[in-house]
Amino acid sequence: MKKQKSDLLDVVNTPYKEGFETIVDTEYAPKGLTEEVIRFISAKKEEPDWLLDFRLKAFRHWQTMTEPHWFHGHYDPIDYQNIYYYSSPHKKAPKSLDEVDPEVLKTYEKLGIPLKEQKVLAGVAVDAIFDSTSIGTTYKEELKKRGILFCSFNEAVHEYPELVKEYLGSVVPYTDNFFACLNSAVFSDGSFVYIPKGVECPMELSSYFRINARQAGQFERTLIIADEESSVSYLEGCTAPQRDENQLHAAIVEIIVKDRANVKYSTVQNWYPGDKNGKGGVYNLVTKRGLVMNDAKLSWTQVETGSAITWKYPGCILKGDNAVGEFYSVALTNNYQQADTGTKMIHLGKNTTSTIISKGISAGSSSNTYRGLVKMSPNAENAKNVSKCDSLLIGDKCGAHTIPVMQCANETATIEHEATTSKISEEQLFYAMQRGLSAEEAVGLIVNGFCREIMQKLPLEFAIEAQKLIGVQLEGSVG
Amino acid sequence: MTALLEIKNLHAKVGDKEILKGLNLTIDAGEVCAIMGPNGCGKSTLSAVISGHPAYTVTEGEILFKGEDLLKMTPDERANKGVFLAFQHPIELPGVGLAQFLKTALNAKRKANGEEPIDAVAFMKYMNVRATALGISNEMLKRPVNVGFSGGEKKRLETFQMAMLEPDFCILDEMDSGLDVDALKIVGQGVSVMREPKRSFMIITHHDDLLQYVKPDKVSIMRDGVIVKTAGSELVKEVEESGYDNF
Repeated sequence: MKKQKSDLLDVVNTPYKEGFETIVDTEYAPKGLTEEVIRFISAKKEEPDWLLDFRLKAFRHWQTMTEPHWFHGHYDPIDYQNIYYYSSPHKKAPKSLDEVDPEVLKTYEKLGIPLKEQKVLAGVAVDAIFDSTSIGTTYKEELKKRGILFCSFNEAVHEYPELVKEYLGSVVPYTDNFFACLNSAVFSDGSFVYIPKGVECPMELSSYFRINARQAGQFERTLIIADEESSVSYLEGCTAPQRDENQLHAAIVEIIVKDRANVKYSTVQNWYPGDKNGKGGVYNLVTKRGLVMNDAKLSWTQVETGSAITWKYPGCILKGDNAVGEFYSVALTNNYQQADTGTKMIHLGKNTTSTIISKGISAGSSSNTYRGLVKMSPNAENAKNVSKCDSLLIGDKCGAHTIPVMQCANETATIEHEATTSKISEEQLFYAMQRGLSAEEAVGLIVNGFCREIMQKLPLEFAIEAQKLIGVQLEGSVG
Repeated sequence: MTALLEIKNLHAKVGDKEILKGLNLTIDAGEVCAIMGPNGCGKSTLSAVISGHPAYTVTEGEILFKGEDLLKMTPDERANKGVFLAFQHPIELPGVGLAQFLKTALNAKRKANGEEPIDAVAFMKYMNVRATALGISNEMLKRPVNVGFSGGEKKRLETFQMAMLEPDFCILDEMDSGLDVDALKIVGQGVSVMREPKRSFMIITHHDDLLQYVKPDKVSIMRDGVIVKTAGSELVKEVEESGYDNF
């Protein structure tokens, strides 16, 4: 008879739709990592000496470090001398969009992010980063009228050196970890945001990262400073072409949230995940951290669907009294993707509170790990943490792991942790299909139900995008 | 009357074990057919094979539904052609609200029939009429499919789903097992209301509880993977009085 079997393992596999390559003239630094390359990057960016010093200090420190290997999973050792640390579609930073290669602009249009003025997205200001260079920032002037500074990192180094000098490395020092140290030495570009005291940013700010060049790494750096009583919502999106080789992405995001300020940072990460046999894909090794002062709040929301390797823990240092930290995460892995992600909540101040909700979805032969640290310092009187980690398995070749670490040095502090694991079964799929739903629709409904409470935290347009992305990523995981 | 469902010489197995061994059965449009038989005779396997459960393999024979080869279709294609199975043990779908689930299902069916999706307002009206008739509260509609409901409530919800999707062929697999008298009455009435000349029912049971509310047009006795006798509703009484040993 005809095949009655609906194989659960077939619903997760459509081609990666952002996998196209843009053909442009690209300028590279010499391959590999040496002091000369760092000087080259710094010179390309026409950087002041203090910044070159910062890079060189980081580089020298990095040379004393060894690549960490506590990641839950496996990847081949990275050959740091076989990577281009700088690649740019321009010989010089473009002064305006007219100087940008039309192919690059077309790339962003194809990705749904037009940069030309007459077409820009309403209500969202975008800083577009192509390989190592920011190619344009929309709504810049309009924001400036309110005192909000939003530009590429490189521009900030030249225009607002005092701010950059004061805060660069203040939350993530170059000594923090191996990949942060590497980034500190070679970071190319990124976004810079300053929201002045008492100002509520009137629109969403966003960075869109695109790796294009072959064998190039992307090392961007984002610095967000929210001054007292200000507020901002920031979005980050990323894609890369389909490549057989692995690409390295080692970024840093530093956020300073001053007294009574409020920052919401959302990520939809869709780097190329590799093919269905696990070949290629981006290594996403990122350090993200915020310093949260008195009565201030930092909220991280992430939807991670891409990358061959995801290794990151957006965290909050709750330094001020009554500071609030939040972490909401959906991590979806399929095929041979591996994710080891979670958060760090460091409670230093009194009455600080943190909430962690993590939803991991694993399909194919993937591995999905939640790893988190909640630390209550001796001064964290009445601090409170609530963590909830749920895992959903599709098929029986994938794995889900939960590694929560809790340290409590104050007896008035409380930590609550709850974890569940569930599985989409053949019986559930059959039940839904018996009602007329296709296998994809059935898995989509169950997965979206599973991560609804996180999706609701995203700004509306992003939520719809993220929901679609999850649907696309799941295609072929059942069939 | 024309045949809605024709099963010819059906053999099916689960794993290596043959359960259906050359079963023949015809159900006409508008007919209510009760399938009775002792535990383990293959009644539930029959319902699973008709609806396309992946665990069962058909090794021989055919099933025609509205004249088309049902065995060539996936479970969702069968459903959208009008086959509905009310499960003996309804499956839980955590995180999937019942109303949303049914709207997706209804739209899948409409799409299969070349119709536009139903709009939200029309859907709410359509749903509320049916929910009220079967005593399904608003709160129940918002909850995830089958999660945290009692056995009786789950059976009521299966009946409600059947009323929502208006299938041409309804299989009720042991709907009466584990139901108290009140729940049985609601389910029985729900089925009775849905009887119409175009719609057929296959009621799988091993006793007469549900059949007191829904009088079958014919009764087929199943033993060891085949239908051994088919007659009118008087067979129900015979089974109740002297069991299956005479068949």
